Parts: sequence; C-alpha cells; structure tokens
Amino acid sequence: MSAPLLEARQLRRHFPVPGRLFRPSTQTVKAVDGVDLHVARSETLGLVGESGCGKSTLGRMLVRLDRPTAGELFFEGENIGDLDETALKPVRRKVQMVFQNPYASLNPRQTLGDTICEPLVVHRVGTPESRRKRALELLDIVGLQPEHYARYPHQLSGGQRQRIGIARALALEPRLIVCDEPVSALDVSIQSQILNLLTDLQGRFGLSYVFISHDLRVVEHIADRVAVMYLGRIVEEAPVATLFARPLHPYTQALISAIPLADPARPTPEVILEGGVPNPIDPPRGCHFHPRCPLAEDRCRVETPDLVGTQEHKVRCWVVNRELASSS
Amino acid sequence: MTPALDASVQVRSAPPVLSVRNLHAHLHLGDTVVRAVDGVSFDLPAGATLSIVGESGCGKSMTALAILGLLPQPAGRITEGEVWLDGVGDLARLDQRALRRVRGNAVSMVFQDPMTSLNPVFRVGWQIAEAIRMHETVSREEARRRAIELLELVGIPSPSVRCDAFPHQLSGGMRQRVMIAIALARRPKVMLADEPTTALDVTIQAQVLRLMKRLQQDSGAALLLITHDLGVVAQMAQRVCVMYAGVIVEESAVGDLFADPLHPYTRGLLASMPKPRHGAARQALISIPGTVPPLSRLPAGCRFAGRCAHVFSKCREAEPPLVPVAGDLGPGARKVRCWLHVGSEAA
Ligand SMILES: Nc1ncnc2c1ncn2[C@@H]1O[C@H](COP(=O)(O)OP(=O)(O)OP(=O)(O)O)[C@@H](O)[C@H]1O
Ligand SMILES: Nc1ncnc2c1ncn2[C@@H]1O[C@H](COP(=O)(O)OP(=O)(O)OP(=O)(O)O)[C@@H](O)[C@H]1O
Ligand code: SF4
Ligand SMILES: [Mg+2]
Ligand SMILES: [Mg+2]
Repeated sequence: MSAPLLEARQLRRHFPVPGRLFRPSTQTVKAVDGVDLHVARSETLGLVGESGCGKSTLGRMLVRLDRPTAGELFFEGENIGDLDETALKPVRRKVQMVFQNPYASLNPRQTLGDTICEPLVVHRVGTPESRRKRALELLDIVGLQPEHYARYPHQLSGGQRQRIGIARALALEPRLIVCDEPVSALDVSIQSQILNLLTDLQGRFGLSYVFISHDLRVVEHIADRVAVMYLGRIVEEAPVATLFARPLHPYTQALISAIPLADPARPTPEVILEGGVPNPIDPPRGCHFHPRCPLAEDRCRVETPDLVGTQEHKVRCWVVNRELASSS
Repeated sequence: MTPALDASVQVRSAPPVLSVRNLHAHLHLGDTVVRAVDGVSFDLPAGATLSIVGESGCGKSMTALAILGLLPQPAGRITEGEVWLDGVGDLARLDQRALRRVRGNAVSMVFQDPMTSLNPVFRVGWQIAEAIRMHETVSREEARRRAIELLELVGIPSPSVRCDAFPHQLSGGMRQRVMIAIALARRPKVMLADEPTTALDVTIQAQVLRLMKRLQQDSGAALLLITHDLGVVAQMAQRVCVMYAGVIVEESAVGDLFADPLHPYTRGLLASMPKPRHGAARQALISIPGTVPPLSRLPAGCRFAGRCAHVFSKCREAEPPLVPVAGDLGPGARKVRCWLHVGSEAA
C-alpha cells in the first residue's frame, strides 16, 4: 500500500468544561479521544456518528484549523500536527474545509464574490480579473447565478450559503477537502448535483474527501470507506458496502436501522437505542457504549475494547470481536 | 399508524389555526426586487403537520419569516396577502409590538440557523429560562429547573452542566436542540420549524421528532415543518406543499405525493433521492438539469419551463394556476400548478 495522503495517529482534543462564576471547572470534554485514521489519494472517507461525538472537532484538526491536544497528524508524509501558522501556509493551500455552519463561517461584510476569491488572494493566485472569472465559474458550478457575486451572506438562503462554502473550498483546487455536512441544507436535486460534482472532481483531479454527514444514504453513495464515531472514538471502520450490508458494532446497527424511510406507509421502527445519551464530560467506563448496548456484559463495563479486526473491517467491541475470533 | 389516513380525517374536520392567503413577500435590493414569496396559500389545521419542501432558495424560510413578521429589514416587505391566526387575526396587519407578543406565546419558530438566533453572549440555559419566563410567572430557580428538564427531553447529555455553556461551546446538533427546547418552552399553538433536525444524527432525530409529535398530541399544537429530508416528511406530515421559485407547485396528502407525484418538478425531486446501493458500483445520481430562474427575473410562463422535460408552447405563454386535479374536490383535494394537469373543470 502506498503512503496515505493523510494519516492521524491517536489524535486527541480536550476542552475545559465551562465553569460558572466563582466556580471554575476542572473537568474536560474529551471531544476527540485517540483517533487513528487514514485517507488515501482519490479516496472518500465517510465519518458518521451521534451528534456531539466529535466529528467537527476531528475535522477541524485534520485541516489544522485547531491544534491537536495530543497525537500525530501526517499530510503527504509530513508531520503537520505541531506546525505553526507560517510553516502551515503551503499545507493550507492543499487542504480545505467546508464548514457545517455556513453562516458563521462567512464574513458578513464581504460580498460572495470576494469570499470565493479570498483564498486565491491569500495565496497570491492569478490577477484580479482571472480571480473574478474563476469566482463566476465556481458560482455556476454550484448552481448559483452571476447576480449572487455582489450579494452578501445574509441575502442568501441556507442552502445557497452552503454552496458558497463549497465554492470557496474548491477555489484553490486542493488535494483534500474535509466536508462537514456539506449538503445537509440542500434539496435532494441540488444535493445530487453537488455530490455528482464532488465525484467528478475526484475522478479528474484525484481529490480526497473526508465526508461528515448524518445522512446515511448520502454517505452510502459517496464514501469508499466509513468510520463510525461514538463519544470521541472510532467504533467501527469498513468499506462502505461491507458496513451497510454487515454492520458489526451494535451502535452502527442502531444507526442504520433508524434511517427514516421516504415511504409514509412504512413508519420508521421505534429507535432501539435504550438509555440516555452519553456524557462526554464523564464518559462511561469501559466501552463507552455499554450503558445502551443490548450485548453488554461485565467486561464491557470495566475494560475499554480496542479497535481491532482485519485490515479492512475493524470494530471496537468485546462481544463482536470474540465472536469473530471464534468463527474464523 | 398510517399518517396518510389520519390526514384525510384531520384535514377535513379541524378548522385551520393558521391560514395563509395569497402571501407575497418581496425583498428590495436597490433596483432589484426578489420575489421570494409570490402568492402562497395554505391552511394548517390544529394538531396537524404540514410540510413545505422545495428547491433551495425557493422561499420556504421567507414564508415562515413573513408569517411571523421577521422578514429581513430593511429589504423585506409583505406586499400582499393575509396570515390568519386563530384567536388573533391577520398577522400581516399587526405592528411589531403585537407581533412580538404573538411570537412569545401562540407561535414559536425553530430557525434554520441556530447560531443567528441564539444569543452568543448568554448561556443557553438562561436563554431557555427567559423563554419560559416570558409567558409564565415563575421564579428564576424554577425556570432554570424547567430549562434543564427541557434540555434533557431533547437529549442533551448532562443537561445541568450544559445549561451553563455558551452556544459556541456546543456541537451543531446540540445548538439545534437548544432551539427546539426554546420553542417547546413557549407551549405554542403553532410551531414553525425550519429544518429542525438537519444537524442531528438519525437516532436523536427520531427522538426529537417523537417529542414534537407528543407535544402535538398533548396540546393540539400544529406544526409547519420545512425540511429537505423526504424521509422526515414521510414520517411526520399529513400534507405537503412543494414550492418552486416562490410559489406552491403541488399540494397533496403525503401518501399521494410519494405514491404518485404529479408536477414534473416533484417527480424530479423524488427521483433525485439517493437509493440504497446494496454494494453496487457508484452511479451518478439523478438530478434535475439546469438551475432555477433568479427570483428577480422570473420568466413569463411556468417557472419550471426552462428545466421541464414536458414543456410545450402554452407553458411559455402563461403561468399555470394552482388548481385541484380533475375529480378531486373539497378541502383535502390535491392541487397542482402545471398545464399538463389543468382539466376542463378547472378552467
Ligand atoms: N469550543 C468548545 N469548547 C468546549 N466544548 C466544545 C467546544 N467545541 C466543541 N465542544 C464539545 O465537544 C464535543 C464534540 O463537538 P463536535 O462539534 O465535534 O461534535 P459533532 O460530532 O460535530 O456533532 P454534530 O453532529 O452535532 O455537529 C461536544 O460535546 C461539544 O460540546
Ligand atoms: N436579505 C435578503 N435580501 C435579498 N434576497 C434575499 C435575502 N434573504 C434571502 N434572499 C433570497 O430570497 C430567496 C428565498 O430565500 P429563502 O431563505 O426563503 O429560501 P429557502 O427556500 O428557505 O431555501 P433553503 O432551502 O436553501 O433554505 C432566495 O433566493 C434568497 O437568495
Ligand atoms: S406547466 Fe409545462 S413547463 Fe411547467 S411543469 Fe407543467 S409541463 Fe412542465
Ligand atoms: Mg458537527
Ligand atoms: Mg431556508
């Protein structure tokens, strides 16, 4: 196997818990708690998991918008986990992010045209005239009109803003884009156009994506491999077809069975996940999933399972791994 | 439970709590006029869920904002139409003070973008408690206790700690749930929810949707649900309006819409849904070719004509009306805005 484009080893990011006045807090949120992953050239890694499990935090570290609390991060073989802003500049040109919250990530005082051109200006690419042309081209690519060039972010609908975020990420023709819920605000027809565009660019330029989404049908369509996160850790990782055909981790199984069907005559099964949502401030001991897990046994409540399995399909679960070991 | 069956019962019996009539909301940018909402009518019966789906940028959020008198200022204005709220009157004619009272009580809204509607400088628990105290006289401690309870109901872990967090310290999905908690705190008669679950994973989404359904059952609240997720529409709504470029192009019971979409845009939309791959190689997704016309320069005829596979000469000459399809009359009728479906009795 050739060296991956991006590789993370035991990445962590911890946040202090907000305290109250005169009661500063000593607790931390372990938003990302030891993640290993890799992304090859021309590959799409899907990243799914419960809301608040750390996907955006992980994504921001992968593009080095945030500095990891611990762990290593390699891009094209270079350790970029610790680089400072100057040293990062050439990397920034090659990795981009589409943000989950398009509104907060757009400068309200900048026209959309200037917003899209900004990365080109920062990296001194082209002339004002060529940048303008490129911005208009990108507007068209994401299904917006030339008249949007001079508009401001607040003058757009939610889905239009999301597409500006995509256009901006594409401007520098990066090698890797971390897409955080890039199509969640789009109707399915425009969603199709954008997904087809991403696939097409990948085919032409060998782009790689980390694709974060709650829409599992979209992930199934776009991803080559999928990593499932639960409370700061990856609990399962497999090629997309395997994951959807034979999910192993009990959390992945619950997730896949909760996809709402677009069929009014077939109600979605009541969610099988019992118990409260886990607390990243004080995560359960042992396997983080054990309080809600139908398979949990004594060991799960005290010891943390590792992410193990074959090169292809890895899962973090005592019971599943024991059964796999005994059946092989 | 089959939502489609309840629908016909509910829709025919319950009087609307909210009735939108020929609503026009335009945005003025210098010399251009963006016709974001261009003659929209619908009824929302008590206890029912009506969904609005449609192309990104077609005016769904502006419809909801116009109902509540929250159009972007100074650009936005209701230029025509009425918004009847049961027991209150025509909201389009109320002044801002009266509207603020309506928003604090009878109608609440979950906004598409939680970051713009949550106040960044206040802790989220305080914001929920304020919403409670706006329509009930309770002590601060009691309001805080109820806020924590609501955070728990919407599935936020360790709510008593999270209640002291600032919005930026929460994940996207948590913020969205804080918005929902604020909307629920008001115990509204009508809830307008604009993409309320897009940032939630499917298991929490299911939990939040169940919570909204329970609220509807307990208090008879009506829900106007704007969403791109057709799975959510199928599971929640009894009726659906499909919008395209500022107008409703199809309106029907949810079962009929999925079983037999009539408008070419609706058909294209349903066909664009990604299907389970079952391990097959990736194929390009179906999408509707072309783009929506700018709302500031709409064509003369049918707004979909430029992208429609069935377009014929009449489509380019005049805009089709939204009329009941042949043989289907009465309040639960299917309606469609397409020359292909204008029967003799409608003319
Ligand atoms: N700046 C911050 N300060 C404190 N805690 C934070 C901060 N940013 C994120 N967190 C916490 O880290 C955890 C992970 O958040 P993150 O945004 O990565 O989740 P996510 O998986 O992207 O969720 P979602 O699907 O809802 O977007 C959450 O518990 C969140 O509250
Ligand atoms: N402040 C504004 N000034 C001018 N035009 C605006 C303004 N806000 C929105 N628009 C335009 O009004 C139209 C309708 O916007 P709206 O937000 O209602 O769309 P939407 O149907 O909710 O789309 P989405 O699904 O993407 O959220 C859009 O084309 C948008 O560009
Ligand atoms: S009116 Fe004509 S152009 Fe419009 S949707 Fe119907 S067939 Fe297509
Ligand atoms: Mg996120
Ligand atoms: Mg909207």
